[in-house]
Amino acid sequence: MHTASQILENEFLEVRAKLLEVAATLDRVDRSAAESAPLDAGAQSSRDRIDAAIQILLDEGSGRAERLQRFFSREYEKDWRREMEI
Amino acid sequence: MDYIDPHIHMVSRTTDDYATLARMGCVAMSEPAFWAGFDRGSADGFRDYFRQLTEVEPKRAAQFGIQHFTWLCINAKEAENVSLSRDVIAMIPEFIHCKNVLGIGEIGLNKNTKNEATVFLEHLDLAVKFEQQILIHTPHLEDKYQGTRMILDMLCDDSRIDRTRVLVDHVEEHTVDEVLGRGFWAGMTLYPVTKCTPARAVDMIERFGGEKLLANSAGDWGPSKPTAVPDLIFEMRRRGHPESLIRKVVYENPIEFFSQSPNFSFTPRDNGFNPAS
Ligand SMILES: [Zn+2]
Repeated sequence: MHTASQILENEFLEVRAKLLEVAATLDRVDRSAAESAPLDAGAQSSRDRIDAAIQILLDEGSGRAERLQRFFSREYEKDWRREMEI
Repeated sequence: MDYIDPHIHMVSRTTDDYATLARMGCVAMSEPAFWAGFDRGSADGFRDYFRQLTEVEPKRAAQFGIQHFTWLCINAKEAENVSLSRDVIAMIPEFIHCKNVLGIGEIGLNKNTKNEATVFLEHLDLAVKFEQQILIHTPHLEDKYQGTRMILDMLCDDSRIDRTRVLVDHVEEHTVDEVLGRGFWAGMTLYPVTKCTPARAVDMIERFGGEKLLANSAGDWGPSKPTAVPDLIFEMRRRGHPESLIRKVVYENPIEFFSQSPNFSFTPRDNGFNPAS
């Protein structure tokens, strides 16, 4: 198994490229908003969720992938069977 | 390395794909019944589909030395139509004893609706009645967490269900723990865009140790990669995992899970299995 340093070295360029993709996409959105119309309510909510997701990546502690997944998920209601009458 | 793809939709793939999979080491596959990309108009549409799954695909696969197994159901998307679903469920017993049928699947939820849940429960009754194994589809994206929890509730509330004979597919970081923790088998689907990459799947193997975990390509008519399992094998090797662990996930685990079905008559390649025999 590789050490933490080896993993980071191996993945660094890949992570860098993925971050650049995110940065360029956000730039594209801003550029278009400046040239045409600002984001509508639905799109703004998606934009806000991206910011919140980036914040999760900056948090200390592991389980970031799982926390991101939960963040992008609809809530589970324990008594769904009673509510759906099933 | 010989491997088994436990979830792949070959009706929507070309013969060239069979050839490529064989060259990559695929020796067996299981094909759950699923959505065809359009809603079928009648139960007869499903009857023809089940003939394709039980008669046509095993022959196509055998030409390349691949053993083909299958699962029958009406998928979660078309399950929104409850009366059609009941017609299909009533017809499944005609095919359930075909020699490549491993069980009922892929049943599950899509948008987590009442109709989908109703049809899911009726499939469970069918599986119990015929003592069949079950293969489960969990929803994608924002519906996955809620839908997986709902499915686990329905399975765990039914004392007739033997959890070791149920495979819950398309698990990701936020659902795998719960599925394995409650005693089910879990399948990771390697799929571009909406599901899981080989790297993230290997992360889950590292976290959970490969016990009761399977990996599949779910190759179908949409954007998907039928050779995704070899990608996972390569990623595990790249990270320095032992061959024994790789073999467990991509070969021994599928055999252990499928062997609980009386129709899983798998012949390993080194026991003299010949293409097209
Ligand atoms: Zn599928």
